[in-house]
Amino acid sequence: MYYLWVFLIGGLVCMLGQVLIIYTNITSARILVTFVLIGVLLQAFGIFDPISEFARAGINVPIIGFGASLAKGAISAVKSKGLLGAFTGGLEATAGGIAAAIFFAFIFSLIFKSKTKN
Amino acid sequence: MDKHMEAKKRNQAYNRYVQAKIPKTKPWPSLFNSFLVGGIICCIGQGINDLILLWFPNMAEQSAWAYTLIVLIFIASFLTGIGVYDKIGKFAGGGSIVPITGFSNSITSPAVEFKHEGIIYGICVKMFTIAGPVIVSGVVASFIIGVIYLFI
Repeated sequence: MYYLWVFLIGGLVCMLGQVLIIYTNITSARILVTFVLIGVLLQAFGIFDPISEFARAGINVPIIGFGASLAKGAISAVKSKGLLGAFTGGLEATAGGIAAAIFFAFIFSLIFKSKTKN
Repeated sequence: MDKHMEAKKRNQAYNRYVQAKIPKTKPWPSLFNSFLVGGIICCIGQGINDLILLWFPNMAEQSAWAYTLIVLIFIASFLTGIGVYDKIGKFAGGGSIVPITGFSNSITSPAVEFKHEGIIYGICVKMFTIAGPVIVSGVVASFIIGVIYLFI
């Protein structure tokens, strides 16, 4: 049953991105940056976790979740390591996703050829 | 002065030309499509997460999410490589950009595109044309939040 919430919230978040595209002709890099910053702010104000509890993948799969875990990592690392945590926490929490994206992109770009040329 | 005016007129004419050539996306169908595809991608993510927790019941929730995102990134990267993700993107618009799969696509797509310029200057440099700003803004913002939390 919670898949309905996942679908609705996830769909709404993505539709918000489409609204931005239609009304501001924004580029995809700006959309991603905007949503990452939204995620950082949601986490900073402590709103993200309550939403994530019932929206689950609906808010974690959109790039908002990436921003939220950046902020969450920085906040919890600051509590255990002090100032050093502000430097290390964000990337530590998101290292898996960033490294995976870079690694797979590298491998697949070696394997596949560009399709847009034809 | 005269030349300046001429250039201004030319620019205006060019802007009008560009405006006329920009493909118009019809608002309502594209909103529906982005809602549909975005929702489906999130449901696939939830499905992967549930399967991981089913197979490894002892895994911490945070690790399970990390694996979920890695699997989604893998799928999106592969679909970008074989040219399918771009077709989904044409249909879905924001629905394919906002999920983490769009982040993965934004890294793989230029890497594949600029492969012919070589491994270093093609793949490695162009990989970050879109992901670069995303990582920079995220890291800077999370650092600021971390420092604020240090003092409160």
